[in-house]
Order: sequence, then structure tokens, then C-alpha cells
Amino acid sequence: MILTKEQQAILDGEKGETMAKVMKTLVMYGDAFGAERMVPVTSKYNHLVTSFGLKMMTPVFDLMQQLIDAGVVSEQKFSVDPRPIDKNVPANPLQKLIFNKFMYSKQDFYEDQLKSLGLLEDDAFTCTCYMDEVGNKPKKGEVLSWAESSAVVYANSVLGARCNRNSGIIDIMGSIAGCVPEFGLLTDEGRKATWIIEIKTEKKPEAQLLGSAIGMKVMEAVPYIKGLDKWLGTELDDATCTYLKDFGAATASNGAVGLYHIENLTPEAKEQGDALICEGAQVYVIDDAELERVYKSYPVIWKKADASPKLCFMGCPHMSLEQLKSWTERVEKGLAEAGNKKVVIPTVFTSSPAVLREFEKTPYAERLRATGVITSYICPLMYMNNPLCAKMPVITSSNKLRTYTTSRYYTDDEILVQITKGGAAK
Amino acid sequence: MSQIREFKGRVVTPGTVSAEALVSHGGLNTLASFQKALQFGDKTATCGDQNNPDLYGKQMLGKALCLPQTIGSTTGGLVLYCACAMERQPACMLFSKPIDSLAAAGAILADVWVDNVKMPVVDCLGDEFLDYVKDGMTITLKDDGVVVVEG
Repeated sequence: MILTKEQQAILDGEKGETMAKVMKTLVMYGDAFGAERMVPVTSKYNHLVTSFGLKMMTPVFDLMQQLIDAGVVSEQKFSVDPRPIDKNVPANPLQKLIFNKFMYSKQDFYEDQLKSLGLLEDDAFTCTCYMDEVGNKPKKGEVLSWAESSAVVYANSVLGARCNRNSGIIDIMGSIAGCVPEFGLLTDEGRKATWIIEIKTEKKPEAQLLGSAIGMKVMEAVPYIKGLDKWLGTELDDATCTYLKDFGAATASNGAVGLYHIENLTPEAKEQGDALICEGAQVYVIDDAELERVYKSYPVIWKKADASPKLCFMGCPHMSLEQLKSWTERVEKGLAEAGNKKVVIPTVFTSSPAVLREFEKTPYAERLRATGVITSYICPLMYMNNPLCAKMPVITSSNKLRTYTTSRYYTDDEILVQITKGGAAK
Repeated sequence: MSQIREFKGRVVTPGTVSAEALVSHGGLNTLASFQKALQFGDKTATCGDQNNPDLYGKQMLGKALCLPQTIGSTTGGLVLYCACAMERQPACMLFSKPIDSLAAAGAILADVWVDNVKMPVVDCLGDEFLDYVKDGMTITLKDDGVVVVEG
């Protein structure tokens, strides 16, 4: 890799040993992918994936402390993934003990470290930092050093920013150095599609299932999706952005998609059209039967497959304001039809602190509370990632949560029936 | 009589080692595989990923881990780094495909930031390597990216 004089001086130790190690890490990272140079990080803010003070991550906290002690911090502020604990979320005494005293005993310590390193705000904890209410929304063409797979795929695809699927720690090092190696999704060539996806469904495809199907098929490749604009339209309004948030997260968790293009909808597809498709691109046709096949392929890993659900999580990634409002209406309608006043399964809607603050300013907040649904800023994935919660029969309409935990996936319509009317597992 | 075959890959992080092969034909979900071992003090790094039938329940510590690539959360790199820092890492990681960004990050972070712990990584060994190598075979990794498989 060819470095600028300034970058080479940092690598040679001009700004201290710790900064030299940061640069060495980025250079080796770039070398692994054939990067020829570094490019400046141009976004206003960064986003980090590591938000949890898990005891097992002590080596990460030690590394962060090395950075802080050496004064090697970023001028770029950052948001970070959601907190792993929230007292609003139902948990029994044993679970609370495990969460607070064992698993996340380093949470307060780590949050102090994040503040020292440049946390944007005290509650800038969300996986959907790109929401208007949160304010970490990069512009088209900006270069990022983000991690968090669902945020990276959204920033690349919907916003037209440029970011690789970085790991935790690499994310903050790019921000500290102010540059990242240029490869993959930072290059024009790397943003071209090697798969064409033809949507031939008779109804609007479920975002989560469609993303899952595409992720499993293309893995880390870039797909160019045709026929979805028939169902989503050609404008990136709130409802469409919400759909793409959930769709993208599914492509990134069942595969490793970092960028997708949707014909006539996403910014680069609107500008460049078929010119974004590589010669010889493979084709994957998706109809209703294919989505049903994917749905049926999901394993049920509950100990008792017919267990009654004990908890429902919605919002992985965090729900948008539009989603909270529309789901309030859906839950109210479902309850009215079922003749129930409150949801029949403890249900948690998760969203960012900033979106929840805005939601509280609307009449919908009180209406949702009346249905018995709880709102929280928690990361449901982190809540589920322990042996106690893993044994619980938890349902969700998040494919990402399903992929990483023992929670069981249902479509949005099925979830609505389960939480408002109840009903046996499928 | 045992057979010997050689495969040539690309060095991502350097080193030489000899160890017993442990083979995953599917992608390694780094978080799911290491989380339980790191969280609950399992010093042998038993794989906790129930979705990986090749590795689930098997000791990863000290093995020559042979795999196509890693998958899953973007915490993957830092989890691998933690495994190295806590001395619960495989002896080496041998990828049949070009390395992915998360595994590369983990390997590089460990190489640069962890003292006295080595986990050499080689990628681009080819599909034939993963078809050939089996659990329990003896792997010798040379510093030029040559992998000798005996068994």
C-alpha cells in the first residue's frame, strides 16, 4: 500500500507507539484486501458496534484503555449499538442477577470509556443511528468507518455512503486515524452487482423473508434487485425506508451483504441503472413459493416446539417512528377484533432513545401503553444471548434476532395475531 | 501408511505451527462459536454454535481450524481478538476462500495488539483443501503459506 508522508510518519512512530499500532492495524487490514491507498473518513460521525460491557470482553476494554491513556482518541464523535440491559424489559430475579452481576458487570465502566473516546451523547445507543431523530445520517458519497452490519448495509444502499463491513475495534481505529484502506465497497468496481434478483411475487414480499432469501443466496456479493419497485414505489419515504431497514438487516445477517441496489429506488440504481450490473451476473428469481420455502427452512430450536411464547420482541434493528405509530394502530385493531384490552403475550417494542423521545411527544405513546406493549431501548439480541434467556420461548418478526438467538420467527401478520389473540405455535 | 499433501495459500498473519486439524465446512460464526467459552471460563474453547454441526461441542483451542470463511455479527473480529488475548485461540486458521473482513480484523488485531500469542492465518487455500482435510489429520503450516496435511 502506498501511504502519504503523513501516514508513513505515523506508522514510523512520529505520533507515538500506540498511534503507530493503530496505523499498522489499518495498513495490514488494507493489505489483506489488496488496498493500494488510504482514503479520508469524510462522514461527520462514526458508529461503533461494541456497546456492551460483557465481562468476556475485558481484552477490548484493556485495548480501549491503552488508546485513552495514550491520548489516541478520535475527533469524530460516534454513536454506538444499543445497551444490553433495560429495567423496563421483563426479567425474573435470577435473570436480573445474571445480567447485572455477572454478564454485564463492566457496563458502567465501559460506558465511561466510550465517553472518553468520543460518544456523541450520553444515550447515543442504537443500531439505527441513521434515523433523522438520532442524527448520525451520512450523506451520499461520504466515506465511513462504521461497524454494525445492519447500519452499514443501510448507509451504503439507502443513503449511498461508502463503508466496508468493518469489525468492532477496526471501526474506531479508522476514525482515530482519520483514514481507512480503500477496497471493496469503497470503490466503484466493488459497488457493482454480481447478482440480479428478479422479484415475481403476487403480493408485497415480507421484508425479513426477502432479505433472508437474498442473503442466503448471494452471501457477501452485491445484488441488483428488479421488480421490487412495483411494491415499494420509487420514492424513499418513511415507510419504504423502514422496509429497507428490516430487509437490509436480514440480508446482512443471513448472508454478509453490505450493499444492495433496488431498481428505480435506491440512489445509485436510480442514477446508473443496469450499468451497475457486472457482465455475467447470476440470476435468482424469487416468487411467493420461494419465500415460503425459505420460511419453512427456518429451524425451530425451542426445547418444546409447541411451547407457549413467554415474550415477544419487535425491533431488531430498532423500530422507526413510523413503525411505532403504524404498529400502535395495528395492535389496537387486533385487540379490538379479538375482544381483548391488552396484549396476551408480554411484548416489547425496541427503538432508539431519540426515536422513543419523539414517540412520547405523540398521542400514539399513550395509546400503545394502553395496549400493554412495553417500549425499550434495549438490544434484544444481547438480552437473548445467555443460557437463561435462550431457554425461553421468545417470538419475533426479526430475522436478525432469529438468526443469532433461539427466538422464533413469525411474519408481521402472524405476530399480530399471537400478541393480540394468542394461538398455538405454527 | 499416511499420505501427505501440500496446499499453498496466502499469508495474512505470519507464523509456523503444527497442530491437529479441526474442520468446518460451513462458515464459522465467530460470536456464536466463542461466546460461551469466553464468557463462562472454558479454557479449551469448546465451540458453542449449535448451528454448526461440524464444530459444535468440539475443542477449538490449539487446533488447526480449517474453514471457508467466517460469518455473522460484526463483533466477530473483536471476539477473535479476545479469544487470542485470553489464550483460547486455535493454533492457526486456514481459510479455503479469500478471508472476509471480520476474520481479517480479528487476526490482525491479535497480531498487532496481543503480545506473545500467535495465531497465524492463511487464506485462499482452495476448495480442494477443504474437501481433503479431515478432523484429526496433522497440519504443518510453514511461514510461506504452505500447508502440509498428513493423515
